[in-house]
Amino acid sequence: MYNVDFKIISNRKIAKNTFEMTLSGDTRGIAPGQFVNLKLDGFYLRRPISVCDYTPDTLTLIYKVVGHGTEAMSKMAPGETLDALTGLGNGYDTSRSGDRPLLIGGGAGVPPMYVLAKKLLAEGKKSTAILGFNSADEAFYEAEFKALGCETYVTTADGSYGIRGFVTDAMDLDYTYFYTCGPEPMLRAVYNKSVTSGQFSFEERMGCGFGACMGCTCKTKYGHKRICKDGPVLTREEIVW
Amino acid sequence: MTNTQVTLSGLTLSNPVIPASGTFGYGYEFAEIYDINCLGSFSFKGTTREPRFGNEPPRIAETASGMLNAVGLQNPGIDKVISEELPKLRKVFRKPVVANISGFSIDEYAECCERIDKEEGVGLIEVNISCPNVHCGGMSFGTSPESAAEVTRAVKAVTSKPVYMKLSPNVTDIAAIAKACEDAGADGVSLINTLMGMRIDLRHRAPVLRNVTGGLSGPAVFPVALRMVWQVYEAVRIPIIGMGGVACAEDVIEMMLAGATAVEVGAANLVDPFASKKIVEELPRVMERLHIENLTDIIGGAHHG
Ligand SMILES: Cc1cc2nc3c(=O)[nH]c(=O)nc-3n(C[C@H](O)[C@H](O)[C@H](O)COP(=O)(O)OP(=O)(O)OC[C@H]3O[C@@H](n4cnc5c(N)ncnc54)[C@H](O)[C@@H]3O)c2cc1C
Ligand SMILES: Cc1cc2nc3c(=O)[nH]c(=O)nc-3n(C[C@H](O)[C@H](O)[C@H](O)COP(=O)(O)O)c2cc1C
Ligand code: FES
Repeated sequence: MYNVDFKIISNRKIAKNTFEMTLSGDTRGIAPGQFVNLKLDGFYLRRPISVCDYTPDTLTLIYKVVGHGTEAMSKMAPGETLDALTGLGNGYDTSRSGDRPLLIGGGAGVPPMYVLAKKLLAEGKKSTAILGFNSADEAFYEAEFKALGCETYVTTADGSYGIRGFVTDAMDLDYTYFYTCGPEPMLRAVYNKSVTSGQFSFEERMGCGFGACMGCTCKTKYGHKRICKDGPVLTREEIVW
Repeated sequence: MTNTQVTLSGLTLSNPVIPASGTFGYGYEFAEIYDINCLGSFSFKGTTREPRFGNEPPRIAETASGMLNAVGLQNPGIDKVISEELPKLRKVFRKPVVANISGFSIDEYAECCERIDKEEGVGLIEVNISCPNVHCGGMSFGTSPESAAEVTRAVKAVTSKPVYMKLSPNVTDIAAIAKACEDAGADGVSLINTLMGMRIDLRHRAPVLRNVTGGLSGPAVFPVALRMVWQVYEAVRIPIIGMGGVACAEDVIEMMLAGATAVEVGAANLVDPFASKKIVEELPRVMERLHIENLTDIIGGAHHG
């Protein structure tokens, strides 16, 4: 864990209620599947946001405005600083992916799939991506995934873009392993539909985000795990719904 | 030169700053980012006889200037704490630690305290009779002077280390309970634990916390905690460990002026993992500015007559 003062480079709307924020600062220790915990002026607890992309000195986050904290974030301007705890969580294990991993992201669960796709690519594995949204106006990053060379499917619940339905309606594919992040009902549906092992990224309300308060613990087949420290990524075999 | 030393029932601390139980785990997460030996001591996560998962999530909610928690005493149980956590903790923390113990019966309190009392690294036992997040135990022992005294007597009978009873603010007269603990032989009191509260999710029209209620802590509770430390100081002669919303060195001084001998820092560690270290480092500067040479001189210093 590091405590880094990032400087906002850009903060732009990329879809309905959805913003992409690029920050400059030290990203040492950050890995795909991890998250950062952001201190926002006027809010007591930090806000956990997944790592969407990073270079040695830039960090990209994508967040959906759902409450006062994320709304305040959406109003922040380039040049402003943001206090973050970085390097939080276990991250994805790419050693188990096989050569044809499937990435399944839903809404605000899409961002961590992007940096994961890049890491897999660097390891010589080309992944297929399924990106699920409610409607066309909420969709984002299809072009970015395609630019990485990923075979990319977009689903919308209302059918206004891509495949009508949920991510599971696009899952009849040939894959060696999968990674998924999104709302819990989606994770459950993916769990039931999937035919291989895989890794799931979970969310929980957090007090600290670095393992100290036991605020975020869940039960797994291998004992109690803190989503912030022993997660947020859990493997299919250990999940207890 | 400023002197930050304080003494709790014969246990001398290099400074009065003690991370509070439940907000510092067993120290490891913090030891990764700074040398925690700069702290006066720290109070480890509340320990019970059996291992506990605690309450179902969500267990955390945000509030104005604070937070609610309904963790419900998640811990690996006394056996594992003694066999695994304490040896591991000794590697990162060389000073005597505060052992925070909880229970669901008088017997359980006595058994856990008796066992932890024998552990070399333990400097002081903090008996939590004030957890608002468990049912049939915890706080129910801390809400009447009689049961608080009963736990105190049971624990004192089987221990040799200083015993500090951790008191609940969810009572009509905290001073009466502190007095009952003192009369029953407590070496000191620790206060306050969290204040019961709740939040409702507007979209789901349901409580945010699965446990419905949780314990409020953070700067929001500081004035309440300070007032209670003040009242207890007027009622007892044993030392007080003050806590509730402490976030900076000035808050430490304020707590001590109200009557605390040492101060615990809780929620602040969660939002800023360096908070306790920063307070330790700030303290001498703030003392100098306020012309305080010996920190012990100011304990209860705001009480006149
Ligand atoms: C590991 C992790 C990674 C995440 N990654 C992303 C991401 O990449 N993009 C994104 O848009 N969102 C992400 N989220 C969800 C994001 O943290 C919440 O949407 C955000 O905290 C809401 O804050 P708010 O003040 O706008 O909402 P409010 O509802 O006002 O927040 C009140 C409190 O509840 C907490 N809270 C609310 N919703 C959630 C939630 N879903 N999960 C955890 N805590 C919550 C807040 O942190 C705050 O403490 C992630 C959550 C976790 C746990
Ligand atoms: C997440 C969390 C867990 C806690 N767990 C315990 C516990 O196990 N035992 C205990 O005596 N107090 C526990 N407390 C209470 C704190 O030790 C402290 O009394 C209280 O939070 C007030 O201090 P603060 O406002 O600085 O947080 C907990 C508090 C928090 C926030
Ligand atoms: S949020 Fe504190 S332990 Fe996970």
